[in-house]
Parts: sequence; C-alpha cells; structure tokens
Amino acid sequence: MSSLPATSEFTGRRRVRDWIGDRLLLLLTAGASLAAVVLIGLIAYKIIRGAHLAFTSFGLSFIRSSSWDVNHKVFGALPGIYGTAVTSLIALVIATPLALAIALFLSELAPRWARVFVGSLVETLAAIPSVVLGLWGILVLGPLAANHLEPWLNRWFGWLQIFSGAPSSSGLLVAGLILAIMVLPIIASICRELFLNVPSELEEGALALGATRWEMVRGVVLSSSRPGIAAAMILGLGRALGEAIAVAQVIGAGWTIPHSLFQPGDTLASKIVEEFAGYSTFLQLSSLFYLAGILLAIGLVTNLFAQFIVRRFDVYRTESS
Amino acid sequence: MATVEQALKIDLRGDARLRRRKLVNRLAEAIAILSAAAAVALLVWVVWAVAERGASLISWSFLTGDLPIPFSTEVGGIGPLIVGSAVLVGIATLIALPVGVLIALFLEEFAGNWLRVPIQLAIDLMVGLPSVIIAVFIFGTLVYGHAENGLAGSFGLAIVMLPLITRATQEVLRLVPREQREGALALGASRWRTVVGIILPASLGGILTGTVLAVARAVGETAPLLFATGIFGRTMQLNPNQAVPNMPVQIFNWSESPDPLDHKRAWATALVLMTLVLVMSLVARIALNWSRRNTTR
Repeated sequence: MSSLPATSEFTGRRRVRDWIGDRLLLLLTAGASLAAVVLIGLIAYKIIRGAHLAFTSFGLSFIRSSSWDVNHKVFGALPGIYGTAVTSLIALVIATPLALAIALFLSELAPRWARVFVGSLVETLAAIPSVVLGLWGILVLGPLAANHLEPWLNRWFGWLQIFSGAPSSSGLLVAGLILAIMVLPIIASICRELFLNVPSELEEGALALGATRWEMVRGVVLSSSRPGIAAAMILGLGRALGEAIAVAQVIGAGWTIPHSLFQPGDTLASKIVEEFAGYSTFLQLSSLFYLAGILLAIGLVTNLFAQFIVRRFDVYRTESS
Repeated sequence: MATVEQALKIDLRGDARLRRRKLVNRLAEAIAILSAAAAVALLVWVVWAVAERGASLISWSFLTGDLPIPFSTEVGGIGPLIVGSAVLVGIATLIALPVGVLIALFLEEFAGNWLRVPIQLAIDLMVGLPSVIIAVFIFGTLVYGHAENGLAGSFGLAIVMLPLITRATQEVLRLVPREQREGALALGASRWRTVVGIILPASLGGILTGTVLAVARAVGETAPLLFATGIFGRTMQLNPNQAVPNMPVQIFNWSESPDPLDHKRAWATALVLMTLVLVMSLVARIALNWSRRNTTR
C-alpha cells in the first residue's frame, strides 16, 4: 500500500474509514463479550442479594432445616436438596448405561444409514420441550408407573425401604424417570463423539490381535474415553439438577423427605416454580431466592468440574497424539 | 484324510473359552442394538402420545380463536398463544443474534489467549445455567416492582439463546479457510472489511442454522416466561410491555388443572408446539449435516 501514491483523496478517505471500522468492530465485539461476562456476574449478584433477608434470618442452618412454614416464618432447604439429589441420581443411574450402549451402537456397530438416522432421532429426543415431556409424564408415564412399574418393584424389592409403600402416579421415582429421558440424549451424543475420536489404529490393533468386538470396546474404546464419559455424566447431571418445569409437573409437591421413592417430594427447582408466583411474605420470597442460590452454586460447581475435565482431557489428547 | 477333516472341524469350532468370548460379544452387541431401539421407541412413544391425544382438537378455529373463558365448556382457541410465542421469541432473537455473533467474532478473530479463556468460560457456564435461575434473575431485575411484561420474558429467552448462537457461530468461523482470511488481508483489505466482506458471508449458513436451533430451543422454554409473562389475558397481545400469552406457560397451567378438557387443550397445544420445534430442529440438523459434508470435502 505504501508504495502506491497514497496522496489521492480516495485512499486517504478509505484509510480513515478503515481505521474507524476496525476500531468500531473491535469495540462492538469486545463490548458484547464483556457484557456476557458481566451478565453471569450480575445473575449471581442479583440472586445473592435477593437471598440476603433469608440469609440474615437463618444463616447456614437454612441448609439443614426441613421446615417450610409461611405462618411461623421458618424456612429450610433440606427436603429440596434431598429431592434434587435423589431424582438426579435416579436419572443418571438409568440413563448412563443406556446412553453408553446407544453411543457404542452409533459409533461401532451401526451401518452408515442407521448411524445418521438413529443418531438424529436420539438428538431429536433432546429437542422435545420440557413442558411437553412433563405433560406426557403426568398423564401417560405417571399412571403407567403407578399401575405397573411400582407394584412390580414393590413386590420384588419391597423389603428395601425406597420401594415400600403404596404406588403413586407422581413422586420422586416418576420425576427421576422423566429426568432420565432428558439426560439420555445429552450423555449419548457426547459419548458418541468421544468414541468416534478414539484412534482407529488402536481399535484395529486390538481386533488384529484377536480380540472380539466387545473386548476391543472394553479394552480400547471405553478405557481410553473414561474422563470424557465422566464429563458427559456431569454435564447430564447439571441438566437434571436444574430442570424445573417437567419435575414440577410430575413430582407431586411436598416439602418432606420421603422414605419411599413412590411418594411425592420436591426439588429445589420445582419448589421455586410452585411458589414463586404466589409468594405471600418477603421472607418467603427471599427464601426462594436462597433456594435458587443453592441451586446456582451446585450448578456452577458441577459445570466448572465438567469443563475442567473436558479441558484436561483435550490437553491430554493433543499431547499424546 | 479323515483325521485332517477332524482337525479342521475342531479348529473352526474353537474351544469353550473362545465360544464364551463370542457369546459375551454377541450379548454386548444385542444390548447395544436393543438400547438404541429403546431410545427410538421412546421418541416414537412420546410423539405418538401427543399426536394421538392432541389431534382431535386441532381445527382452524382452535388454531386462530381466542383462549377459552375459565371454567367454560367451550374448547376455545390458542391463536393468541401462537402469535404471542412468535412475538416473544422474535424479540429474543433480535437481542441474542447480533450479540451472540459479535461475541463469537471476538473470540475467534480478535481475543488473545488471556481474554479468550474467561469469556469462553462465561459462555460455557451460560449454556449450563438452569433456566429457572434465569427466571428468578429476570424476576428480580425486570419484573419485581414493575408489572409482568413480555420484554422481560424475551430477555430471559435471549439469555437461553445467546450461548447457543455464539457456539454455533464459533464452529463455522473456525471452518472458514485460513487462506481466504490471509488472502483478503494480503490484498490490503482492512480487518473489518475482511470480517464483513469475507468471513461473515462465508459463515452465514452456519449462523442461520445455529439460530434456528436456538429458536427451536427457546420457543419451548417455560421457566423464563413463567414469572415474567405468566398471567395474561384471553386475547391477542402484541404489545411487549404487557404480559404476552404464550404456548409453554399455558400448556403448563392446563397440565396442572384437574379438568379433563384442560388436559385435552394442553395436548393439542403441545402438539402444535412440538411440531414447530421438531420441524425446526430437523431442518436445521439436515442443513448442518449437508453443509458439514460440503465443507469437509
């Protein structure tokens, strides 16, 4: 550029315009990025501020208390924490083995046409809105569980306290099942990517040494993607912990710590959905913010943990290749 | 002769250990196939259940009519819900699309390593943010002390869409060949001309597909709307300063009602919503697969 006669008015104006354009673009993109970081901070700040009143009234004993009494002004989070933990655990226990099997089918077994077809169907499962899944949960899955699944569990495993008591169409178990359906496609699609990324030389090497396909999968595919599977499970867990709407529809509401999985309960998220719009005192509203704060803290920790594993795993992989 | 044949036979059949290994292999394969079949069956089951129960109510008057008067035995319609959902998601897209693309541009074209890490982390955390947290945040900032309004709901949906659009845009920006970028710069084009003239046009398709996927996700989101625009009238509301009727919240309300007619209305609305979402995500996915195949070859 500088070798050309730069004195012409045209290039001069263009240079000014380019200077302004470059600065403007940088400013806009940097500003938008800054806004995203600020937004995350603002969300945390707003929720902590909202919870301030409840925090000063109850302190950390809020987490250990299981009362929720608007008239006597005592609130606690324990039943919600319990419900969140139990439903998420049910979801992971059911979804993880299924998702691994689906991912193995899609990456190792399926012919080409089935790979694309089944793969997109599994991903479509994740696209179903949670209200619709919740509606299906109360009106189809719940009654089915109450009439068939729960009596069966009770008959064979009734000696376990978690499967004791009368069957019911809304409760922790049904909520766990719905969450399992939501988490399944997340874990399956991450694991499929993981398995497809396993170097084919390793797989072929195992097969050439005489391993059966399953032995190759167990020895090469599964063992080399273990950290990735853990990250997929944690990302699924994050989804299950925070799901509010579908759980509120099927869990049946009840601020208790039930012995049986058939009984209704609540998660942190479902309690917020049920009471937020109809709060009657500021302390109650602030307690709901407190619940949201606990949920946010758990959610951030799980997500950060998953990101940590993903990043370490990536580093490990690029170093070794 | 006979001995050779015998030896061959034994060799081919293998010993008990090999047979067991093969059996285990078969079993594992069967489990994988059955699991995949179960997932597909589950999807078919849910879609079929919604379609079967919802289809009977669907008619032109149901799709365009006003909401039923509470406790009335007339079916009414869901016209205001469909229009309202479109308004809310439309405004959310107007916010999230430019901001999301700008963030992706900053991350891929401008940011140094020390800036990229925290911003990428913020985007990744935003993807994992439970939507009920967004709902509580929106209530605390935009609704509490004011009236319920559609803008607040749209802003909540925009927070859901933003990281999805950013991630999709980042992915296509990475696919733009380095040679094109360097070619433009070598010809003396400035940075912003390269971005606006070369990089954005090349990645337009991918950005659009990502946006369609984000819209499909946002239109079914209930929680961010529940406390922001959850109590609305029976008629069409286009003014986003008022509470705007929308499909997800109404499905939620009807699903909690004890009235069987409300359940029917919920199924029919769910069918409309689900069809919209599935069509959008299928189209976007097909476009995505198609463009990936074209760019990788």
